[in-house]
Amino acid sequence: MTTRIFGSGIRRREDPRLITGGATYTDDVQLPGMVHAAILRSPHAHAKISSIDTSAASGAPGVVAVYTGADTDGVLNPIPCAWLPPDCDIKAVDHPAIAKDVVRYQGDAVAVVVAEDRYQAEDALELIKVDYEILPSVVNPEAAMQAGAPQIHEDAPNNQAFHWVADGGDSDAAFANADVIVKETIIQQRLIPHAMEPRSAVANWTVAMGELTLWSTSQNPHIVRFLGSLVTGIPEHKIRVIATEVGGGFGSKLPMYADEMIISFCSMQLNRPVKWTATRSEGFLATIHGRDHVEHVELAATREGKITGIRSVVYAGMGAYLSTAGPGVPTILHGLIYSGPYDIGATKADIYGVFSNTTPVDTCRGAGRPEATFLIERLIDLLAVELGTDPVELRRKNLIPKFEDGHDVASGITYDSGDYEPLLNMVLGHVDYQALRQEQARMRERGAYMGIGVTCYVEICGLGPSQVAGAVGFGGGLWESAIVRFHPTGKVNAYIGTSPHGQGEETTFAQIIADELGVDVDDVGVIHGDTSNTPMGWGTYGSRTSTVGGAAVALAARKIKEKARLLAAHLLEAAEADVEYEDGKFFVKGSPDRSKTIQEIATMANVAWNMPEGMEPGLEASAFYDPPNFVYPFGTHLAVVEVDPDNGHIEVKRYVAGDDCGPQINPMIVEGQVHGGVVHGVGQALWEGVVYDENGQLLTGSMTDYALPRAHMFPDMEILSTVTPSPHNPLGVKGIGETGAIASTVTIYNAVIDALRPLGVTHIDMPLTPEKVWQAIRQGQGS
Amino acid sequence: MNIQVTVNGKSHEKEVDPRLLLVHFLREDLGLTGTKIGCDTSQCGACVVKMDGVTVKSCTCLAVQADGSEITTIEGIATNGELHPVQEAFWEKHGLQCGYCTAGMIMTTVELLEKNPDPSEDQVREGLKGNICRCTGYQNIVRAVLAAAEAQRS
Amino acid sequence: MFATEFEYKKASSISEAIQLLSSNEGAKILAGGHSLLPMMKLRLARPTMVIDIGGIEEMRGISVENGTLRIGALTTHAQIADSHVVQEAAGILWETAYGIGDPQVRNRGTIGGNVSHADPASDLPTVLTVVDAKFTIQGQGGITRRGSRTVSAGDFFVGPFTTVLAENEVLTAIEIPVLAENQKAEYAKMAHPATSFAVVGAGVVLTVDNNNVCTAARVAVGGLTPTPTRGPSVEAALVGKELTDENIAAATALIDGDLGSDILGDIFASAEYRRAMAAIELKHAIFHATGLAHH
Repeated sequence: MTTRIFGSGIRRREDPRLITGGATYTDDVQLPGMVHAAILRSPHAHAKISSIDTSAASGAPGVVAVYTGADTDGVLNPIPCAWLPPDCDIKAVDHPAIAKDVVRYQGDAVAVVVAEDRYQAEDALELIKVDYEILPSVVNPEAAMQAGAPQIHEDAPNNQAFHWVADGGDSDAAFANADVIVKETIIQQRLIPHAMEPRSAVANWTVAMGELTLWSTSQNPHIVRFLGSLVTGIPEHKIRVIATEVGGGFGSKLPMYADEMIISFCSMQLNRPVKWTATRSEGFLATIHGRDHVEHVELAATREGKITGIRSVVYAGMGAYLSTAGPGVPTILHGLIYSGPYDIGATKADIYGVFSNTTPVDTCRGAGRPEATFLIERLIDLLAVELGTDPVELRRKNLIPKFEDGHDVASGITYDSGDYEPLLNMVLGHVDYQALRQEQARMRERGAYMGIGVTCYVEICGLGPSQVAGAVGFGGGLWESAIVRFHPTGKVNAYIGTSPHGQGEETTFAQIIADELGVDVDDVGVIHGDTSNTPMGWGTYGSRTSTVGGAAVALAARKIKEKARLLAAHLLEAAEADVEYEDGKFFVKGSPDRSKTIQEIATMANVAWNMPEGMEPGLEASAFYDPPNFVYPFGTHLAVVEVDPDNGHIEVKRYVAGDDCGPQINPMIVEGQVHGGVVHGVGQALWEGVVYDENGQLLTGSMTDYALPRAHMFPDMEILSTVTPSPHNPLGVKGIGETGAIASTVTIYNAVIDALRPLGVTHIDMPLTPEKVWQAIRQGQGS
Repeated sequence: MNIQVTVNGKSHEKEVDPRLLLVHFLREDLGLTGTKIGCDTSQCGACVVKMDGVTVKSCTCLAVQADGSEITTIEGIATNGELHPVQEAFWEKHGLQCGYCTAGMIMTTVELLEKNPDPSEDQVREGLKGNICRCTGYQNIVRAVLAAAEAQRS
Repeated sequence: MFATEFEYKKASSISEAIQLLSSNEGAKILAGGHSLLPMMKLRLARPTMVIDIGGIEEMRGISVENGTLRIGALTTHAQIADSHVVQEAAGILWETAYGIGDPQVRNRGTIGGNVSHADPASDLPTVLTVVDAKFTIQGQGGITRRGSRTVSAGDFFVGPFTTVLAENEVLTAIEIPVLAENQKAEYAKMAHPATSFAVVGAGVVLTVDNNNVCTAARVAVGGLTPTPTRGPSVEAALVGKELTDENIAAATALIDGDLGSDILGDIFASAEYRRAMAAIELKHAIFHATGLAHH
């Protein structure tokens, strides 16, 4: 029997081009006759455009064209929001590609210059004269809903974008009957997702064919084609979107942006290829932000520590317009998962989506689930303090017992499978939790402040099924498809609808196929990211690529194998029932020397000289996989931190991530996903955070002000795992791309507060900068 | 202004605008797009190349400043089709995901190991502080650097 | 990302650079480029002419003569951090150079460019002030114009991004007295997580006798004040005292009175916090300098 390559940490197939500088990202694309665009952005958060004078810019050296909202108005349709949850009175306000009358955030596009080179385009931007009439602005989502706040859209009174409620169980009774209630106000600060590759687009309109080719830094090129068709009016079959090499996304390359449509417009006007690449500072303004919740949350429990209810009132900032998936984040991806891994009778999420004069908010690694995990885990630590119990034992007491095929939680969703306590025990045993607590006590005696944070989490990912997508207002499907094709020489290509951008599916999908078809993994190539040669797909986000896309790949391979079996029977002149398969070979039962390799069968299928009657030539299959449910990975994370009370400096001493994503296709890649996710989440806890001033000016407008995690700021992580297969997808796999970010923020946060409890500290707003920690210590001590 | 630069062993003579950044010169005039641009404030290190023996952020250097210099980019470190040991180690240890920071990481590592062939983990982490990666959490990059160090020593 | 247009001149000598500087309004000197180019890329600086002095050999080099360490203005941070001469003559500078920015910034950034830029968050102004460095400045010769002059670090920095350098003057070298065996010097900083710049930096040079008694002290803090600030109260309190935990803590706390009222603050660290941290970082520096680094 062949050793399965599924489960093997083989090195990645995509790496040779990436480590040699041979990969072609969007900004690397050079086309003959290409011109360069630069976009003029509003310096104001909220203003009326009184007039725009582009005459000087138009005459500047190298300038080919200058366009404003007057040019795109009526030519480009408004940029759509594609996730409109039902029953929440959502206001799908118009989002013009280029602002014509009003700008609503600093960074709103006002004009575009196209020039022979980018330097000239930048020079000309400075020559455009715009007269603004500045309007009052508001940035905080809770403040934006107060009476008298500046109104951002005429058709969204009180700046309310939607009001969505998920009320499961009897939360009123739970709180009315509670022995103990703990409350907290949590600011989930705004983040900048910050993929290392800035956004970029190259649009090439061929007028004779009426076709647009768009290289785009996208996590979901088929969605760009779909929505791009709606915006530009170009029929979908005449648009080709290429996103074969994308330098990270983290949610920021999921949305359909105005800029890519503006660049397409320019190319269509000029009949020339046009390139635009955001500078990093421009990206800070014009690429979506994440999080931005103001949350009032509370938890009800019995005196014995049984949690009976969790509820929230959340003001979720949407920014100035609804971004593609923005409204789905604080609702579906957040409000439905308040139970976490715990048996809680009632959960209620009361979510206000709010417009503000800020960059639009959308998915940022974890998207909604880090916020949910944070509030659950924070409230449990507060409850532990209130009850005087160990926070870990409190968690253990409330964990949902093992289940293998479905567990309903209060919000109405059904977890797929879970076995939470073993992983908790594994993590605690790994660090010797009791010994850590003893060390903490000893350190406190000598005035040193060490803290421990422990998080148990469950998340919802593997986005599908499509019926649910429709029911929750997602403007597309959430299935995936794949074509798997044998070539005449017995080599295989898979063409997939998902669009990995660093997650390594060229390798993991090849591993799936190699096992399914009994071929060498090196004989499998995975093609993705180009709508002209890949089947429809809904993209790579929400930790769905392996669970949904991987399943489609496996199903397509299984179809091929069935056909190959029939062809083998024909070639071996045996009855179909007598043909057996092992190791990439079909043979006649009882006479293993009468055999055909799958490659031999592939060759015959391709030349088709000798086919059974009625069988089509070729050996390929396409499969569409629509999952029956989401998947629910889970885990326990633990952090140990030390805080210097003199200056508020936090040092992360240890970080242990225990995760269960079901069977691991490639454990090396799984670990890599956990590493990246954890550090991303730690970034939110300790360093990252968008700051606007009261006029909507972005104060953290570059990498010199917005601090990202760097190599020297964090220790080596310790990675543990268990395997609980999902019962409902063909591979049993669950997602792993976001778990790190979902668990780590609150793990670090709780560890820091745990460290500082003797100093009277119970709350600090994130990020936990040294000053905020120092101030909290001073306040805690009443000085 | 006319400049002469030797890049990856090949001499180039070009007329450039004084304000042209070295990174734009490499990417657009010479077509060496392996070197990336990740920020505009000299923070991220995606654009790191070697110039006259030391690594520089090519976004913070004018092309005219490189006149007469020898430059090595990510495209120039493999020899005769054989990967550089640092490239090998990044591949082996999964020291990259999206690949965008990788050229800069590798070029930084090449110099780091020239200056210190046997670094500690802390020294590696300190040596990488000018290169930002958003995918890996740095852990496998650090492993890759240590593995490359070991490979180069033996 | 994209600088405005300018004329580029490469100077082959100091006098040529000064000549160009004198005769072209709006001209700027380009050394390593790590102060000027970022400003130009963001179009915050728009020089009409850039005078590249990077090729002037006479402005490079590290040497020790008659108890003085001399460092050419074009010497890079990396060259300082890699220099055994600097390590032995002024370990505080050697270590500080290693903590500047990141490897690539150190490879290109120069000591002269750094101090001429006079960023309050930079480490070198504080360190050069505390070691009492002398800056050699070259101007145009002749009766009515300044020729060469020497300015001590304490007088060189005038304000944020402002020095005593006249429009047509160039900093050519920095001289530092070689530290004696009984002098212990250290620099400690709270670094900004994004840039490694000093939120608060503190430098100390202490002369310590065999009984661990401080016989002379120079201290300075930076990052929080427009220019490096000496701490005469701290110095006075240290001299004559044994360097115990208690004495150090008591002395460093006095920095508050030396700081004045002009304290910088930003969204990362307020003036109030930075003021409080001055004593903490001074304490760290002294602990490190005296081997009491158990905190």
